[in-house]
Amino acid sequence: MTAVELPGVASTPHPPDEDVVLHVRDLRMRYGTVDVLHGVDLTARRGEVIALLGPNGAGKTTTIEILEGFRMRSAGDVRVLGVDPGRGDERWRARLGVVLQSWRDHGKWRVRELLAHLGAFYAPYSTDRIPRPWPVDELLDTVGLTAHAGKRVNQLSGGQRRRLDVAVGIVGRPELLFLDEPTVGFDPAARREFHELVHRLADLDDTTILLTTHDLDEAEKLADRILILAGGRIIAEGTPDDLSRRVAGNAEIRWTRDGERFVHSAADATAFLRELFRQYGDGVQELEVRRASLEDAYIALVHEQESGGRAGAAAVWKQGSEA
Amino acid sequence: MNPTRAAVRAGVQRGLTELRNSFTNAQDLWGYVFPTLILLVTIFFMRGATVPGTGFSLGTRTLPSILGMGLAFGGLITLAQQLVVEREDGTLLRAKATPNGMLGYLVGKLTSISTVALVSMVIQLVPALFLVDGLRLTEASAWFTLLWVVVIGLVATLPIGAVIGSLIENPRNLGLVMLPMMGLIALSGIFYPINGYPGWVQAVAQVFPIYWLGLGMRSALLPDNLAAVELGGSWRHLETLGVLGAWAVLGLVLAPVVLRRMARRESGSRVAARRERAMQQAIM
Repeated sequence: MTAVELPGVASTPHPPDEDVVLHVRDLRMRYGTVDVLHGVDLTARRGEVIALLGPNGAGKTTTIEILEGFRMRSAGDVRVLGVDPGRGDERWRARLGVVLQSWRDHGKWRVRELLAHLGAFYAPYSTDRIPRPWPVDELLDTVGLTAHAGKRVNQLSGGQRRRLDVAVGIVGRPELLFLDEPTVGFDPAARREFHELVHRLADLDDTTILLTTHDLDEAEKLADRILILAGGRIIAEGTPDDLSRRVAGNAEIRWTRDGERFVHSAADATAFLRELFRQYGDGVQELEVRRASLEDAYIALVHEQESGGRAGAAAVWKQGSEA
Repeated sequence: MNPTRAAVRAGVQRGLTELRNSFTNAQDLWGYVFPTLILLVTIFFMRGATVPGTGFSLGTRTLPSILGMGLAFGGLITLAQQLVVEREDGTLLRAKATPNGMLGYLVGKLTSISTVALVSMVIQLVPALFLVDGLRLTEASAWFTLLWVVVIGLVATLPIGAVIGSLIENPRNLGLVMLPMMGLIALSGIFYPINGYPGWVQAVAQVFPIYWLGLGMRSALLPDNLAAVELGGSWRHLETLGVLGAWAVLGLVLAPVVLRRMARRESGSRVAARRERAMQQAIM
């Protein structure tokens, strides 16, 4: 698995405030009499990649749209780049990137033309630290659309179109980027290239990224920190490693002996292996130990939340991950 | 550079790009040529007829009236249509996600739609000149009147078009606006003088901009003695300015409020919901 830092494990003193890009406390959203969000807390620091996971209808899109300033919240303290998104002005808007799912918009425009056009709006917001917009040729190269620069948008394939969406989202060199289901419809190669791009944005440009996805593998590869939103609350939070380690304790152990395959599930894999080797020594072949995956953790947590019981337990370990 | 100025400049550029895209697109080109063909056919069949009470060709009277109608139609319907469609397809949401993008979007629309209105006018006027005579095209005063009628016509109709476009959520409901529009055109003396109609019909027609734009264009292009067969026996320039000016004020007051409200409600999930709905409708 990818090596990840553990920004949540803060024995280090708090970094200065301007490093906090997203600050959400007790965010609530109610439509009519239905509560969609019941007090979401979330913090992101500069350069962090955060994945928001959760079942459909959990409130991911609502949360993101509130942070994007596209939707008013019912209650809660929300700061995005230090600004209340309900009152964000155009200068604030220029520091955000939103990757939208394109459908039929700008179909007659040529790829290069559209990027140059949208980029022009960001030029007045260029700073010494962040020159805006991203030069079009460089951007085309970055998202792998150079060969299609002269094509009309409606002639692009689904994957190329999605890359264009990403390019539009980052043309203003955002300090904070929202990615809602970014790789839906990507083939494996395009997905890998996209992951490299996300790493590049976070590492080289210090872009903070908040992404939603249903692909747990993707969340694990990209995110420094994962938040699981279910039933309108963050029910778990931590590094991908943290989450999988904490939830389900059992590891799966597979080996062969005398040509026969064995599978065993054990809470203490080390002890089990010691015993296994003591008994059979070199007879143990093709050994594999698989710790509980993020997927196992996710399923367990969401199930726990949905079945309503043990809500207390989830809360406890959310605190654990923040301690 | 000042952000507002940058957005206005990008908006004008946007309008020009949209124009170029539409002029290199068969479907849009057909949209420009088709009304001209209808116009020419109409005028051709009117060739023997005269304006009642005069010996003046009815076809010649119809030409400027249709130009006025086209102006009203372009201002009211084209902008409304594009707003509804581009809200559905996500263009507006993209504009909203861009700093000053809504300003750029609107400037772009005003640029492209005004230009299309002017270009359409030329496309209709030039070939029609071979079919009709009696227009006063060589007089400077004719062109001056034409100019102010076009300008006030666009200012009166575009903001109202923006309001209509903001209020309609589903592209299918555009028909709700098209039908009354067609009815108004029939009442507004575009193809035939309305002097013989009942008084209340004349009154209704004179509330809306279409009648006045037709009248204004006739006043620009027809000989002065034809004013005698208009309502009130005159070109009524002051009244034209008054009614169109009132619509302009109404539109300019309402449009920013309604547009802002519409823009505020746009979000990714709304666009996604509309996409769902459109897909379902396409399947059914």
